[in-house]
Amino acid sequence: MGRYLARRLLYTVPVLLATTFLIHTLVFVLPGDPIQGLAGDRPLPASVLAELRHRNHLDQPLVVQYAEYLRGLLHGDLGRTFTGEPVADALAGRWPVTLRLGLTAWFLEAALGMALGVWAGLRRGRWADRAVLGGTTLVVAVPVYILGYLAQLVLGVRLGWFPVSGTEAGWPTAYLLPGLVLASFGAGYVARLTRSALLEHLRADYVRTATAKGLPRRRVVVAHALRNSLLPVVTFLGVELGSLLAGAVVTEYIFNLPGIGQQVFQAIQLREGPTVVGVTTVLVLVFCLANLAVDVLYGLLDPRIRHD
Amino acid sequence: MLTRTVLPRPVLARAVLTRAVLTRAVLTRAVLALALLAAATTGCARTGAEDDRPVPDVPGGAYSVALTEPDHLTPGRTTSSYALQVLSGVFDTPVGLDPGDGHPVPLAASALSTTDQRVWTLTLRQGARFHNGEPVTARSFAAAWDAAAYAPNGWDANAYFTQIDGYDDLNPPGDRQPATRHLRGLTVLDDSTLRVTLKAPFSQFPMLLSFPAFAPLPQAAFSDPDGFDLHPIGNGPFQLDGAWRHNQRIDLKRAAGYTGPRPPMADAVHFEIFTSKDTAFTELRAGHVDFVTSVPATRAYEAKRTFGRHYAVRPSGTMDYLGLPLWDPRYAKPELRRALSMAIDRKGITRAIYNEVFTPADSLVGATIPGHRAGACGETCEYRPAEARQLLQQAGGFTGTLALYFANSDPSYLQWMTAVANELRQNLGIRDITLRTMAAADLGPILNHHQATGPYRQNWVADYPSEQNYLAGLLGPGTRSGWSSPAFDALLAQGDAAPTAEQSIAHYHQAEDLALRELPLIPLWNWQDQTAWSGRVGNVRLDPYSAGLRLEEITVRH
Repeated sequence: MGRYLARRLLYTVPVLLATTFLIHTLVFVLPGDPIQGLAGDRPLPASVLAELRHRNHLDQPLVVQYAEYLRGLLHGDLGRTFTGEPVADALAGRWPVTLRLGLTAWFLEAALGMALGVWAGLRRGRWADRAVLGGTTLVVAVPVYILGYLAQLVLGVRLGWFPVSGTEAGWPTAYLLPGLVLASFGAGYVARLTRSALLEHLRADYVRTATAKGLPRRRVVVAHALRNSLLPVVTFLGVELGSLLAGAVVTEYIFNLPGIGQQVFQAIQLREGPTVVGVTTVLVLVFCLANLAVDVLYGLLDPRIRHD
Repeated sequence: MLTRTVLPRPVLARAVLTRAVLTRAVLTRAVLALALLAAATTGCARTGAEDDRPVPDVPGGAYSVALTEPDHLTPGRTTSSYALQVLSGVFDTPVGLDPGDGHPVPLAASALSTTDQRVWTLTLRQGARFHNGEPVTARSFAAAWDAAAYAPNGWDANAYFTQIDGYDDLNPPGDRQPATRHLRGLTVLDDSTLRVTLKAPFSQFPMLLSFPAFAPLPQAAFSDPDGFDLHPIGNGPFQLDGAWRHNQRIDLKRAAGYTGPRPPMADAVHFEIFTSKDTAFTELRAGHVDFVTSVPATRAYEAKRTFGRHYAVRPSGTMDYLGLPLWDPRYAKPELRRALSMAIDRKGITRAIYNEVFTPADSLVGATIPGHRAGACGETCEYRPAEARQLLQQAGGFTGTLALYFANSDPSYLQWMTAVANELRQNLGIRDITLRTMAAADLGPILNHHQATGPYRQNWVADYPSEQNYLAGLLGPGTRSGWSSPAFDALLAQGDAAPTAEQSIAHYHQAEDLALRELPLIPLWNWQDQTAWSGRVGNVRLDPYSAGLRLEEITVRH
């Protein structure tokens, strides 16, 4: 297991190198001049343009820029944004927000989704099942921004149960509403996934055997059927953790949370290479680790799966 | 290595497929339910303006303003309107602008004099201090201006110093490093007197001095520029209360030692930073924010209905134009350019897309500018499709593709450009029209290097309320338009050298008339800003000459 972990961690190095180079190329190879774009409709004087280009290494060839970036990375330096703030500082202030939002949403998604899925699965064809299917279809079908603004208006402005936006109220109060909106899509998905997997396994021979042995229903469902049904759910939730962290762009925008999503959105608009590459690097890491955690969890859920 | 024998992904796909059948019926019902819910909530939402008692006119209290994240808070480093709103409270520039007609009035200066419009003497108000106690002297101004004009600093407001003698030495062409760090045109005569020598006579100079980049800077701005940018120390009525918290808030409090002409009513102003203007407006409705100075144009009717007396439309100096690629021979004839202009239904577009918050333009300069003549553009800016078609025929028609260039920064750009394309197609019979929409970072260089092959969106935000600012900034030598007219340039120079405001405006009018005859740039519409506020605040006066709110005048119920 230890060797397996070490090897998997080593694999992330080439993955990181390849992705950062790719993103770097994509950001910088695009036509146009981000520095001129900064100034809007009023051209900046040539002298200032030259200075800003030089400061952001935009006057050098791509390979040199990438080498510079890697050299900085080795020293823990992620570069500077166009406004001169170190990217590392900008990210340091924003990660906690995104992490809190992502984890809140993830737990809501896992808890709500699995609970609803099991509830519906055990009541197949009855009204509870239909309600869950209808409800999850609804939230999966409605775009996040509509759900977000609606939640703000109803639960924030009209009923006043939650803060409308911002992080002033702290965790968990400020994160519940955006977390729920962010989790809605995935929760619907998890519920459906759990339900169909559970149904499949409830029909399996080994469950019939377990029931025939005289095991209590509760134990048959939880220890036998559900445990096996959770494999696809865990896969989904593992990948979902990464997506939640990366996909918070719209939610953070609507709920005015100063997180990574907001930053990436602004950085892409401004074509701010260092920020985009910096955030991507960290996100790739998160994805790699989340996938690793999923694979390790497999072994715990299904003893037949071995890592060696 | 990994033996992943289970079947997670196929199961996942199947789950989705089997459920897809269900969706259509459920979806229809879902959309209906949502629509009902939305209608129910917008109809009876609590308003932030329900308290209609007048706000007492007494000092004290605190209020909050929704803001978009600024880029910098050091005056010379920024030209963004969001930064200017904060800086207008923290710094006193040499002069301010009168809310009535925009004429310059003393602020940090006590007097500003000249005999030839070229050499100006700036006398400072006695006893003024920065928030850290450092005295405000002529040196504080000279140092700030030197820093902004010095190219290697890369400060955004650099170009505002072009007129000062010696600017070119601080901004040499190419990669050359400047040999000096000081503007030759600045001479500190004594602690309270600064002499400014310009390259050429410039009668609008006092107005230029109202721009925040001309504010003085204390020593701290140079010893720790990055720290200063987070916690600027100014000479204005408000000082920072703690540092700028990026993307969250900027808190101001009354500056204890302020002796200037704008003592504040409120004790504190809190700027809350929003990325989404819609969210800011929702927070105002929830009663958590007191001011939203830029309500999205799409929510005009809702704002009017919800806020009533606590809602105002403020004309702004910002204008949209359709720029023309004069370097393309197809656009060389003024008749063709006039035909394009007369084929556009400005009124229809401002009504359909901007809810009548924007108003049709009839001049090259903003409607709030002293000297602005309503209807200066004449029938050229009116919607006359029949005459437009005739003019196009006179000009010999139009061949090839007409491409329209604009940035994708705001969804409304695509809407009005599509409308313009349709009108040109219908009214002028130009069949082949394409829309070229792209990121601002791509569009800027294309326009600045004259690579556009069709008309483009041009926007102008006035720096100071003078016709000269529009005409020189949009059509003067070396501007993006690529227009060159020695007669026009000469008229501007005459205006710049004129001894009185009336005389200079007369010259600018002639220059504007000349430009409107040639029409190198088609005026489209004037912007207006929508402001809505809560019932907690009073004495709200909105004028087109301030960066947003006059922060010091607002009173608070407390």
